[in-house]
Amino acid sequence: MNPRDGDAETGPVQARGTVLTVRRVDAYYAMTVVAPGIAARFRPGQFLAVAVGGPQSSMLLRRAFSIHDVRPDHGGTVEFIFAASGPGTRWLAERRPRDVLDVTGPHGRPFPVPKEPAACLLVGGGYGSAPLFSLAGKLKDRNCPVDFLLGAASGDRVFGALTARRTGRTATITTEDGSLGSRGLVTDLLGQVIQQARTDVIYACGPMPMLRQVTVLARRWDLPVLAAVEEAMACGIGVCMTCVLPVVGSDGITRMVRACTDGPVFRGEQIRWDDIGTIPFDAFGAPGWEPRAVGGAGGPAAAGGSGAAGGPGGPGAAAAGGRRPHGR
Amino acid sequence: MAVDLRTRLGDTELPNPVLTASGCAGSGRELAQFLDVSRIGAVVTKSVQLVPRAGRPTPRMAETASGMLNSIGLQGPGIDAFLQRDLPWLLSRGARAVVSIAGSTVGEYAELATRLSAAAGVTAVEVNISCPNVAERGQVFACDPSAAAAVIDAVRARTRYDVPVFAKLSPDVTDIVTVARSCVAAGADGLSMINTLLGMAIDPVTMRPVLAGQTGGLSGPAIRPVAVRCIWQVRAALPDVPIIGMGGIRTGQDALELILAGAWMVAVGTTIFHDPSACVRILRELDDELAQRGIERLADVVGLAHEPQAMAGRRPARNTR
Repeated sequence: MNPRDGDAETGPVQARGTVLTVRRVDAYYAMTVVAPGIAARFRPGQFLAVAVGGPQSSMLLRRAFSIHDVRPDHGGTVEFIFAASGPGTRWLAERRPRDVLDVTGPHGRPFPVPKEPAACLLVGGGYGSAPLFSLAGKLKDRNCPVDFLLGAASGDRVFGALTARRTGRTATITTEDGSLGSRGLVTDLLGQVIQQARTDVIYACGPMPMLRQVTVLARRWDLPVLAAVEEAMACGIGVCMTCVLPVVGSDGITRMVRACTDGPVFRGEQIRWDDIGTIPFDAFGAPGWEPRAVGGAGGPAAAGGSGAAGGPGGPGAAAAGGRRPHGR
Repeated sequence: MAVDLRTRLGDTELPNPVLTASGCAGSGRELAQFLDVSRIGAVVTKSVQLVPRAGRPTPRMAETASGMLNSIGLQGPGIDAFLQRDLPWLLSRGARAVVSIAGSTVGEYAELATRLSAAAGVTAVEVNISCPNVAERGQVFACDPSAAAAVIDAVRARTRYDVPVFAKLSPDVTDIVTVARSCVAAGADGLSMINTLLGMAIDPVTMRPVLAGQTGGLSGPAIRPVAVRCIWQVRAALPDVPIIGMGGIRTGQDALELILAGAWMVAVGTTIFHDPSACVRILRELDDELAQRGIERLADVVGLAHEPQAMAGRRPARNTR
């Protein structure tokens, strides 16, 4: 089903959600908002987008955060994690229970899950780990063993370390300053964890350099990586075209696809990591690109507006971490 | 009391004057998740080009005070995919489709117009001669009255007689009235204004331009006063030419301001990113604003700000800001 066709059951909704709780979680904030329509449609990996600054706000762009969890209380609540790193997120951190927020979601494609039980390694950087816990629940429902590998600059920036230890078969933590777990990056221990856990599939969410490196390393073991990317976006619904990145489709053609609606989850090897921030010369519609170079199904139909980045085995799902290159 | 919000776009009667602004609503499909696209006046599509275009590199966007800069570079699937997929979809949903076209030569605009005239169901063509984010940025057609006229003339000549052609103008000119006159003389049936203003932002951390394309188009409420001024000037010079007004509309009251300046219709752009259902909200708010002032017909207030106060004074306007 294509959520972009405005399907009432799966497409995003816009809601005026009442803030239930705002709490500090180490270096981050966790906010719970009553939004039954979003909670009912949510599948792990999807994100929401919040308007910040009130009705007369001078900050026009929605802030996107992956959904951490949904609960059935109050008809349905959604929780997301954020860092108060810019004026928009600081405003958000100052909200109090009973304040009302304009929230849209759930956006993007959810994480695909294995049909047969498979050993899943969930890799998270910073609060990019937020969407991994609801995913872990879904994987365990399908009898998939779940291992966690979480990392951050310091211990207070590893989101969900306790939950990972409690719910994962194993949980490995790394910090750059050594204040929690092993000193180093998650990618330093990735190979070791893969071998010990006999990993079949990797799910990853965090900063782009981490996702790139996880993808590169996983190739040695020939493991699929489902990476939820973080790209700066303005709308979250697929109209602004600011969050694009070069992705190779199942037809072998690179297209500039939207992280918000075509992702945010892509297969790691489909993303041209080294070409992010450029228009590759051979990308569909790049300068000098010739229409006749493309033929057959999935050709012209997929360039700008609604380009699906791949057929079977294409980008399945998404999670947008809230982090951005510049604090917002 | 129900306000008569009907307006005309060429031969087509629009139920109301609230449109989407080109580039802010795709081809309507994504927006349909949040509103009924047949309820708004028309959907103005993202600018369609002859061939698919990948656009400019990222970062493509920077938030600024009450606005944003974008440097998308007209990423889009091209006219073939548009005619095959997007236009039929819009029509199947009962939407009125205003198709925005963009090219880099007069010949490309002419070819696009030819292709569109073979398609049924196009309510109007908006000729984007003012996108600041294309490679040959120094030669934006809308900055040169004769180049603008050449494009409009070519498009008008190849467009069905019953499909109106609107020229989308740039505010980044010394005298917008000169360009407006030139377009109308070349056959434009109406004018859309304003496109974005060319702007730039520098990141204080990296100390380098935020946008990969360095410069970008500024939009949002920050530019509304520029839109009001442009519409005002053109309305004063060309009182009979239909104007689609856009530039920073966030509320029904903002829409009313552009209408008072002379816009027959208004288009909502950047605000859609903030509020995907903004068009229907603004429509409702505009209806309320007019009703509160005892105005029965939208047509009665188009350009009203140009009338002497004694006449406007018949309807004491409340300051509701």
